[in-house]
Amino acid sequence: MFGVGVPFFLASFITLVGALAAATMRNLVHCALSLTVAFGGLALLYLQLGAQFAGFAQILVYIGAVAILVVFAILLTRGVGTSLIHVYARKWGLGLVIAAGVFALLGWALVTSLPGAQAVAEPEVSMLEIGRALMSTYVLPLEIVAVLLTVSLIGAVIVAMPEGKTKEDGR
Amino acid sequence: MTPLAAYLLLAALVFAIGLGIALTRRAAILVLIGIELMLNAANLNLIAFWRFGPHPEALTGMMFAIFSIAVAAAEAAVGLGLVIAYHRHSRTADLDAMTRMKG
Amino acid sequence: MMNPAGYIQQADQIFVTLQHWVAGFFPLWLQPLVGIAIAVVGIVATFPACFAIAVLLERKGLGRIQNRLGPNRVGPFGILQPIADAIKSLTKEDIVPLSADGVVHFLAPVVLVVVTFLGFAVLPVGRNMVLLNMDAGLFFFFAIGASTELSIFMAGWSSRNKYSLLGAMRAVAQMISYEVPLLLSSVVVVMITGSLSTVKIVEAQGGFTGIFPHWYVFTPWGFLGFVLFTVAALAETNRSPFDLPEGESELVAGYFTEYSGFKFALFFLGEYLGMLSISGFAITLFLGGWGAPLSFLTFIPSWGWFFLKLLGGIGFYIWLRGTMPRLRQDQLMNFAWKFVLPMALLNLVVAGAWRFMGEGWPRWVIATAVLGGAYVLLGRTLMRRQKIGPRSYRYAE
Repeated sequence: MFGVGVPFFLASFITLVGALAAATMRNLVHCALSLTVAFGGLALLYLQLGAQFAGFAQILVYIGAVAILVVFAILLTRGVGTSLIHVYARKWGLGLVIAAGVFALLGWALVTSLPGAQAVAEPEVSMLEIGRALMSTYVLPLEIVAVLLTVSLIGAVIVAMPEGKTKEDGR
Repeated sequence: MTPLAAYLLLAALVFAIGLGIALTRRAAILVLIGIELMLNAANLNLIAFWRFGPHPEALTGMMFAIFSIAVAAAEAAVGLGLVIAYHRHSRTADLDAMTRMKG
Repeated sequence: MMNPAGYIQQADQIFVTLQHWVAGFFPLWLQPLVGIAIAVVGIVATFPACFAIAVLLERKGLGRIQNRLGPNRVGPFGILQPIADAIKSLTKEDIVPLSADGVVHFLAPVVLVVVTFLGFAVLPVGRNMVLLNMDAGLFFFFAIGASTELSIFMAGWSSRNKYSLLGAMRAVAQMISYEVPLLLSSVVVVMITGSLSTVKIVEAQGGFTGIFPHWYVFTPWGFLGFVLFTVAALAETNRSPFDLPEGESELVAGYFTEYSGFKFALFFLGEYLGMLSISGFAITLFLGGWGAPLSFLTFIPSWGWFFLKLLGGIGFYIWLRGTMPRLRQDQLMNFAWKFVLPMALLNLVVAGAWRFMGEGWPRWVIATAVLGGAYVLLGRTLMRRQKIGPRSYRYAE
């Protein structure tokens, strides 16, 4: 239909099912696990677009680290057993309207402003080029991101550390 | 309709779902989950434009997406630290009860 | 009569020839798919067979280390024990706790086994024998390895059991801590080879000087990298001495306490397959993959050398399990963050210096001195804070 094949629809189906399940499930850990499914679907989409590095980085960082972080935070902040609180916030209708409005706006902007079909060849990007680019053109963002990650990690530990005399790892 | 339009429409849909999660759910952690989904949708936009744009060999889109993944991971860590700290203080993770700074 | 070199070549490529011959029966447009399907069938058949052999070796080997015979009832010397184990696990009752989370409880072993099988796709088992020759093959393997942690957490949480959850959280904390040293110790190899593709890494170790091979384990940084990778691999697969999460004397069975029957067998399969695949990667990265150790031994086929080395690796893991005591959780984490990680970073620096120093003996001496000195210094510094003396007893009053 759009000039994309069956794999695109499969991967986008997985992503959308994961995202919608994360939006509607009652149990928080189920939400986190369906978020992981959505991440997997997105990684498949990156691989279809030929971005190998981004796809595997998505799996390694998001599924391998961020999902586990979310799950640990859910376990550390839950009440008793299954969640006793209501699922939706008090003004959920407004939130839904805003989200639908944002999607309508973005969709309208897309449909009316994109040019017609122009064929672009599949880019052949090797890991060697990415490595060279990271070390030559993008070395400053790389170092800044390294400093940022260190600072945010230390900050997160300090924020989550229990106040008091005992020094333990808050995570 | 081009393949680019398909990917961008999907990214817009995932973004809207992430926004919906962040705005309509009651648990504080789900806001962070929604934010992660929104960041992922933006990444998908970046990679789609890299692939179908005029200069894919310049690697700009892919590099942007990779750094975005790293920054999103850092921000998730800080956000979850905040939720844990709030929970330790007031024993709840319910967004409707976090009204101390209201008014 | 064909000369011996022709026979050796044929034996080396026999599986590739077999794959092409079977694919030849199908029409042209279907042949790539059939070739891939045959390779997948090969992987799915070979590595569970290696799993059966590994389980048998473990039980007999551990038995002999502990001064007892292993299982010896089924078949001569207990060789058919894996078959008995398989029949037992298939016929046992599948007990699911009433309050367990049904869907997640069912999916956890499935996810583990599927993800572990995916890791075998980039392992070069012999010359021209790799399922996926990807440019970022090693990255794929590590990304897949990071996903197994999630299935362990799913198993522990869905059982609604204190011991399972505790075991799962310990296991995930351990696996996350050792993920970084695992990646860093393999980055050394990537840096020197210049490629993330497993095929290129094996080919870069293919040369011989005299009779000795160019394996990375025979260089100072490669040896340290191999040791660090093995330590991190032991912790990633929850093997002794890092098996506190499934410590049988402590947590019943850790995160798979509530699993019985076939699901437990799937967990067992997933764990051993993970061990096999990470040994395979240690062999690919440091021990020359499918290359022969001495230049006159190249008549043995490449896949034969790979599986011999894999057997050696499994034997080493079993030996470690039988010999070393278990590390406590905080000792384990201290070891990861305070010893293995700094050594891996230092290894990177030394390997970089090695690369730019040029051929000759000075770089060997400098690299060995720096790494050996750092090892001794770091070890002594970390040991100084622990008071190790003769055991003292405290009796109840």
